[in-house]
Parts: sequence; C-alpha cells; structure tokens
Amino acid sequence: MSESDQDWDKGGPERLYVITGGRAGAEEQAELDLVTLIVSLEDSQPGMQPEHAAILRVCRSPLSVAEISAHLALPASVIGVLLTDLLADGRVEARAPAANLPDIALIEAVIDGLQKL
Amino acid sequence: MVSRSSDTVMEPAREDQLPSSASSAVKIVIVGGFGVGKTTLVRSVSEIRPLTTEETMTEASTDVDDVSGVERKTATTVAMDFGRISLNEELVLYLFGTPGQQRFWFLWNGLFEGALGAIVLVDTRRLEVSFDVIGRLEEADVPFVIAVNAFPDASSYPTEELRSALDLPEQVPIVVCDARQRASSRDVLITLMRYLRDVIQTPEPS
Repeated sequence: MSESDQDWDKGGPERLYVITGGRAGAEEQAELDLVTLIVSLEDSQPGMQPEHAAILRVCRSPLSVAEISAHLALPASVIGVLLTDLLADGRVEARAPAANLPDIALIEAVIDGLQKL
Repeated sequence: MVSRSSDTVMEPAREDQLPSSASSAVKIVIVGGFGVGKTTLVRSVSEIRPLTTEETMTEASTDVDDVSGVERKTATTVAMDFGRISLNEELVLYLFGTPGQQRFWFLWNGLFEGALGAIVLVDTRRLEVSFDVIGRLEEADVPFVIAVNAFPDASSYPTEELRSALDLPEQVPIVVCDARQRASSRDVLITLMRYLRDVIQTPEPS
C-alpha cells in the first residue's frame, strides 16, 4: 500500500469532500436524526457512487443513521448528505424518530421493553 | 490490507438486523468523563456489539490558549460509541455515550435533540467533570438521572452527600450501579424512564 493510499484511507477532509461533492449539507439536507431509521427501497445499481450503493446494501433491513455511519466508517454528517441524495431519488425510506415530546404511552413502552431485558 | 471501499463495508450480521417492522427509534445519552464506564454500560445492555460513529469538527479554533492572531482551522474527529436495544417489534432504543468535557459539547447539538433523557455517569473520584455536565443539561432542559458507577477503590458517598456535593435538586434520582452488570445498567435506564414519567405527569409549579 502506498503512502497516498493510506492518507486516503483515513477519512481525511479531502476524501470526505469528494464523497459529498463538496456539499456541507446545511441548506439542502433532509431532516435526519442519528436515530432516524433508513430502509432501502431498491437494490444498488452498477455505476452508482460506491457510498450510495453501500448504504442501499446495509439498509436492506432498517438501520439508524448512526449505524450506517459506523458501518461505512464515515461521519454522520457525510451520511446525511448521501442520504439526502438517496431520499430525493426515492431509493430509501426514512422512518423518523418518535416524537420530540415523549408521551406516557411511549415511556411505558420503553419501560416494558427494558423490563424484558 | 486494502483501502476501504464499498466492497469492504461491514454489513450488519444477520442476527444484528432489525425486523422490517422497526418503525421508530428513541435515544438516551450517557454522559461522563473519560474512563467512567460509558461504553461499559452501553455494552452491558446492548444487543449489538457497541459501534462507533465519528463526527468531524472543522472550524476555526476558538481555544483561548491558541497562539493569538493565528486563525487555525482544525479538523478534530471525535468518536461516540453507541448500542441498541429492540424494545418491541416497532420501537428501538439507542444508547449513545458521549464525553462530558466542555470541548466535546459540539457533539451534543444533534445528540440531545429529541433524546428522551440523559444518564450522567459519575465516578466519585472525579466529580468535577460532572458539575459542568449537570449545569449544561439543566440549561438545555434535558431530564437526567445520576448513576454512580461503583468502582471498587472509590470511596462510597452516601447519596445525600453526593446530592449536596453536586448541588442537585431533590427530585433528581441518584442511583449506584455496576456498569458491567446488565441488570444493573438496565435498572439505571428504567430509573431514568420512571423519572421522566414523573416529570411529565407532574404539572409545572406555577
């Protein structure tokens, strides 16, 4: 492995810039939380950007933005930009987190679930 | 070793896959200083091996210790470990461990938004980290409980002594836990949820 390969592998700013096409994602980005669940709606196609294809593969079953970030070893902010593309093209579905202001029913469901651990 | 490409992306193992019925997720944040046991707690209750998400902070450094007049752009990568608990067929809970030191607070923006609440994991040998964290959580109106990770060589404070040392309101629960034990960590989570239920059910004093 050459030295330049190693640099490339480290997830440095240059690589992230290329992956996102230089978009920081602030304006056009979809509303995504670290725990928004993403599900693929179609299989990856040849010729797709590799990162887009990788997301479609790991999201065959629902996966949170945080988990996608972990599996692809890319910052969550970069995943957000990539997901915005995939959402715009209708290739993935986003399942939003539970409401911001939790209600008693939600809290009870969490307690029930924890008690089964 | 080949450089990472889409072909080498780790796909979730079959047993780690969520059911397709998983429709919404909630999160709880575990805050504490280095080495206090955040990841240990996450690991003890998580159904998956804890994963790591990284965030890159790229901004002009605002550190007061910087050489004055020199504007530097710094790219700092901070890792957050997290785990997952499927609560039922639809609902999934994620647990994020995040460092409590002020220089990591930039991570908190997206993290606490929509979070159910926080667990402040405390090492009684290093209480000072907890002061800032607690102040910050109170400011942000995030419900939290205090969990004292019982390290064998730490002196055990009576809860009330700790409450006054941390200047905590009476209603904030303080529990002692062993973050290595699944049942103990689970009980901390349940304590937080019960507290949250009380907070919601109790009308604000007018």
